[in-house]
Amino acid sequence: MAATQEEIVKGLAEIVNEIAGIPVEDVKLDKSFTDDLDVDSLSMVEVVVAAEERFDVKIPDEDVKNLKTVGDASDYILKHQG
Amino acid sequence: MTSKIKPAQGAPYARIMGVGGYRPTRVVPNEEILKHIDSSDEWIRSRSGIATRHWAGPDETVAMMSVEAAGKAIADAGLTPEQIGAVIVSTVSHFKQTPAIATEIAHRIGAGKPAAFDISAGCAGFGYGLTLARGMVTDGSAEYVLVIGVERLSDLTDLEDRATAFLFGDGAGAVIVGPAKEPAIGPTVWGSEGDKSETIKQTLAWDVYRTTPVPGGDGPEERTAPEAVRYPAITQEGQAVFRWAVFEMAKVAQQALDAAGVSPDDLDVFIPHQANMRIIDSMVKTLKLPESVTVARDVETTGNTSAASIPLAMERLLATGQAKSGDTALVIGFGAGLVYAATVVTLP
Repeated sequence: MAATQEEIVKGLAEIVNEIAGIPVEDVKLDKSFTDDLDVDSLSMVEVVVAAEERFDVKIPDEDVKNLKTVGDASDYILKHQG
Repeated sequence: MTSKIKPAQGAPYARIMGVGGYRPTRVVPNEEILKHIDSSDEWIRSRSGIATRHWAGPDETVAMMSVEAAGKAIADAGLTPEQIGAVIVSTVSHFKQTPAIATEIAHRIGAGKPAAFDISAGCAGFGYGLTLARGMVTDGSAEYVLVIGVERLSDLTDLEDRATAFLFGDGAGAVIVGPAKEPAIGPTVWGSEGDKSETIKQTLAWDVYRTTPVPGGDGPEERTAPEAVRYPAITQEGQAVFRWAVFEMAKVAQQALDAAGVSPDDLDVFIPHQANMRIIDSMVKTLKLPESVTVARDVETTGNTSAASIPLAMERLLATGQAKSGDTALVIGFGAGLVYAATVVTLP
């Protein structure tokens, strides 16, 4: 069953926590991965790959650069999840 | 008539018998890199784990560094240069298309008339060379093969590109592959992904500088480089390379372990291509290697030396006592092409 936006944000928060050590409660829709959450371009790749596995979605390299905020990522996953 | 032809016959197995390295004398700290780019020591270290690298001086040519590394490897193997039956050199930074640099190196080390040739397989070059050498020893083409990975990547570095200026280093690493009674080089898991050939590449082909008449053309002016043409350098798509290197190459590394019948718990040493500390750390995590495995982290003080990185890291691990002769090591190279090669070896 497809995940809801709430479930996606919760999942992303756990992933960001695991990869960058950011508290889960800091991961909110309007937060920028690089500016607010200390996720650099390489960690972002790890976040994307973890999200792909968790939500059964493909996020190609050329789309990764458009995922600036947690909201961008959750919208993308909501739209493309299998 | 079809005559009966004697088959080539070699040793039952092959092994790495000796290793040697050469690092240029000049050590270049991140501070020097910052002269040309807007960045910081902290940024470079956090993105790459690189603190210093060696850059070759005018006398430290591709041939000179190779000869130095080869001499050490031959001595380490307990051989003399005349015993070398073949020389394989992997490099992307020898700037003459022909002749191969391998022949000059073979001559300068005093190896007589061995088979000698260059290969181009980027950062997987060491694994490609090792695989060829194993085949040559076991089919009888040569008893002892000298495999060299050598680069002067400072010559192909754009010092004003903040994404790559800090990445590359120079040096040479060499091994001797010879006969063995027991298997000491496992099956190679290797391949190429040409659909990703643009991911890591030299920006321009050398013929952009052509000023002499072009075959079939009207005159010299056709291909003359515009003044604005930037000197060719190696560029890469950082995120795409990182994803491929960490997640796809971890699968290849696992396949090499499986092919050799070695479990992670039986592994002593992991020597991945020294591309970037972040790639190494993520690969170790993805592979779930036990903490008992020694991981090569030579990139911190050597930078990315492409085909030279694995033998250089191997030599340092052995020289510092972090690894010892007889240890079981997983080696994996991956890079421009894209190409990759992984295998399990017994350390010399």
